Amino acid sequence: MDILFLLIPLSVALALIIIAALGWAVWRGQFEGIDAEAQRILEAD
Amino acid sequence: MNPNPAQAALYNDTVVRQFSIMAVVWGVVGMLVGLFIAAELAWPELNFGIPWLSYGRLRPLHTNAVIFAFGGCALMGTSYYVVQRTCQVPLFLGKLASFHFWAWQAVIVAAAISLPMGYTQGKEYAELEWPIDILITIAWVSYAIVFFGTIGIRKVRHIYVANWFYGAFIIAVAILHIVNSAAVPAGWMKSYSAYAGVQDAMIQWWYGHNAVGFFLTAGFLGMMYYFIPKQAGRPVYSYRLTIVHFWALIFTYMWAGPHHLHYTALPDWTQSIGMVFSLILLAPSWGGMINGVMTLSGAWHKLRDDPILRFLIVSLSFYGMSTFEGPMMSIKTVNALSHYTDWTIGHVHSGALGWVGLISMGSLYYLIPRLYGRKEMHSVPAIELHFWLATVGIVLYIAAMWIAGVMQGLMWRGINGDGTLTYTFVESVKATYPFYVVRVLGGVLYLGGMLVMAWNTWMTVTQGRSVHVPVPVLAPAAA
Repeated sequence: MDILFLLIPLSVALALIIIAALGWAVWRGQFEGIDAEAQRILEAD
Repeated sequence: MNPNPAQAALYNDTVVRQFSIMAVVWGVVGMLVGLFIAAELAWPELNFGIPWLSYGRLRPLHTNAVIFAFGGCALMGTSYYVVQRTCQVPLFLGKLASFHFWAWQAVIVAAAISLPMGYTQGKEYAELEWPIDILITIAWVSYAIVFFGTIGIRKVRHIYVANWFYGAFIIAVAILHIVNSAAVPAGWMKSYSAYAGVQDAMIQWWYGHNAVGFFLTAGFLGMMYYFIPKQAGRPVYSYRLTIVHFWALIFTYMWAGPHHLHYTALPDWTQSIGMVFSLILLAPSWGGMINGVMTLSGAWHKLRDDPILRFLIVSLSFYGMSTFEGPMMSIKTVNALSHYTDWTIGHVHSGALGWVGLISMGSLYYLIPRLYGRKEMHSVPAIELHFWLATVGIVLYIAAMWIAGVMQGLMWRGINGDGTLTYTFVESVKATYPFYVVRVLGGVLYLGGMLVMAWNTWMTVTQGRSVHVPVPVLAPAAA
């Protein structure tokens, strides 16, 4: 199963990227006041 | 609204119109090919001895056409619409978006020519030969630049959850495509995979199942989280749950692939990992499904009056069904019965016809009149008719395949007292014949519904005109 030497590092790298993206979103306040955001898309097009 | 629309920036809806119309066109084509090969399985003489009409060549044409042409155009069109509306800016590099449209259509035409001619890499859902793979990569990178560029120049600070799903779909499919399609060319339309044997099988199903997860699930969930609230006129049931849904889904998806290789040369522990991750996926999937359906909480009457909303909500119930069935089928003992039978085909089509098909159709019914300056589609009763044709078609299809699949599994494992097999393989094929005929009937209904949609779209578009919508100027407090 040599292929795992490609797939496992790839998964770890992706997981780290996802954690970084989540961290960015939390840090930048993407999840604050979210009920207003859910409402906002219903306004003007 | 902008007090002086003449000077206002306009949303780039031309590319949205192009993708939306082509989604309908490729939907008709892809489903027609699907119906034809379903008929070939019931009546094999239908290939008329012509090689390019044979099942083996048309089946990949069907899957590529419905997934990448119909589904792809629907995803690309809606994502370009949603990202502009939720970010309140026109598309980043509109000309590149236009190039993306034409490059993607070129990929589809190249597939429609090369697959019947027999050119294939032999990888399921990744059959296209290496020159077309390179064109896919160019089109996809253009798509990513336009999409993420638009998010980069957004005027609304918050990135709406639909964009997260669309974004994950774009990034994941890029990675999957590049890793799985790595090959050594041996001529213009011939190549050998970079991997061999069971390694290749593992990569193929790592790709194959994540294509289900990120192309056929994440992308369409983006559609779901925008168009259900819009059509229902109310915000999603729990915006917090949409966020949990997103992160849970993308964190846990990547390792479900080995369940496609149960009882093969793949090491047993790898199969078990695939099974465990598949079971885990039930939680985020059902969280999202419940969240979408409960958006109608307190307004259920809208389902009775609004056929578009019915498309969207029934699609979610098929999403719920197939994301329950999938984890169950990944359990090794269940898989021992279901694998290689038509149960798998039924499962795929409950997801494809039910979830992907209905959510796309509902979203397009919302979108098309707005893109052509109309309040609603030319004929609302025709949407109603389409809904019932599609739903009855799906039920006939999946019920026939469930029965056929379980029957095949039981016949293949039937063993006499002396240890010999009770049935020959061809006896199971003969026993499946009536179910194949029922499937053809289901396909006729589903394609019939799609033809009604094509007519309705034609009438809506020809009696409407392309509208150019100005980008609203935000009040400073909203930014």
